[in-house]
Amino acid sequence: MLVLATIDCSFEPAKRIAAQVNGAVAVTQHHGCELDEMVANTLIGVCLNPNVAGILLVGLGCESLSPEVLGDRIKSAGKPVETVVCQRENGTLKTIEKGTRILQKMAQGIAELRREPFPLSKLTLAIECGGSDTTSGLAANPATGIAADMLIDEGGTVIFSEPQEMTGTQQILARRAVDGHVAKEIYEMIDRQEQRMKATSIDSRFMPKGNIEGGLTTIEEKSLGAVRKGGTRPIQGVLENSHSRLETPTRPGLWLQDGTGWDVPSVTHMVAAGAQVVAFTTGRGSTTGHAVAPVLKITGNPETYSGMADNMDINAGTVLDGSESLRSVGEKIFKAIVETASGKKTKAEALGYHDFVVFSRDRIAERLLGFC
Amino acid sequence: MKKAIQIDARDNVATVTSDVSEGEFVEVISPEGAVVVRLRILEAVRFGHKLALVDMKVGDVVVKYGETMGVASNPIRVGEWVHIYNAESATVPTSALRRDRS
Repeated sequence: MLVLATIDCSFEPAKRIAAQVNGAVAVTQHHGCELDEMVANTLIGVCLNPNVAGILLVGLGCESLSPEVLGDRIKSAGKPVETVVCQRENGTLKTIEKGTRILQKMAQGIAELRREPFPLSKLTLAIECGGSDTTSGLAANPATGIAADMLIDEGGTVIFSEPQEMTGTQQILARRAVDGHVAKEIYEMIDRQEQRMKATSIDSRFMPKGNIEGGLTTIEEKSLGAVRKGGTRPIQGVLENSHSRLETPTRPGLWLQDGTGWDVPSVTHMVAAGAQVVAFTTGRGSTTGHAVAPVLKITGNPETYSGMADNMDINAGTVLDGSESLRSVGEKIFKAIVETASGKKTKAEALGYHDFVVFSRDRIAERLLGFC
Repeated sequence: MKKAIQIDARDNVATVTSDVSEGEFVEVISPEGAVVVRLRILEAVRFGHKLALVDMKVGDVVVKYGETMGVASNPIRVGEWVHIYNAESATVPTSALRRDRS
């Protein structure tokens, strides 16, 4: 169950309500109380995610991004949606009491839901990378790409994002587009990202010193290693993620999302597009999880795997000394994805990680750049 | 023997998975663990860096992941370290980043 404070002013009561009831998690957004459509679209997408069984919206009362605005757009999902508003309840304690009673009742009803078998064609996987190092492009990303291909071959859906890490691979990704329209969308998405960075005097093709010291020679090499995490199957389309709309995949296969390279919000926005499980590759070691979807950690760095055993789910580093084939690691990741979808807890989930960040783009900057 | 991975069979570079010294032999393996070739390393190559699997002349494409990752900006011999000193982006010159091999 999601206890969603539609504005961070009501996050404290939301957290306290969630703390009282088993199976609840509190989240919020930090983009103010004006109605930011990109934030609203994302929160609605998260509420519609199949991992969420019921929703309690917690408002302050004077925000434009109110529980009513969100509630009207998620009722159609056919899951319980309830609301509690601090100003209407006359303060924190009454809000917490009322919210807790509502959530307790919701939890009792939801407890009657039973796991049912579903084909893999109903599964949507998000793929993310963070804290990358030289082993990411060598082992963790290609192995995760194999798992992505396997899921797609079973009729499943895969989303990956982080367009700023696709610089220099436009042609390669566009070649994999299902048609010319999608190829154009890929070029435009990466171009928009480069223009945004250019507007802040950052050349997206610049290679940081650490990358060069780590062995990466060109931006194409770096990006090729990054996009391998999405596998090799045809690209069905670019999922828009903007103030106008948040698109979800309309058919199975591999999709790109016009998202961010910032790890936690990148995952949030792919979850908003329907991802139920996240495969997260890392080199130096990332500890993040997510409030709404289980996150599997895959590292290609054997030292990170042993050193951060509390956080790493899968060791792809065995590829480096030839002791295990990439295919075998890919199959292991695929198996772990299926087990996770079937209820097995990932390490981040077992540790109770509830990371959740929503990102938005500056509407003025987007307008000045001609993107909206 | 120390290893280097050729990620795609079309690649003309392989990435070493540990530090190797000048004169040392490495086993180039495929991602499936099969030995592709054994090579003598002409110069020290650090973990995560690349060595050349073929001789390249200036302008030849450097291939990794089965795709063009750049072009040779200096002649490269088999077993040499491939980095910003002898290779650069095919679309973006990285010469501004070039520095001495020391």
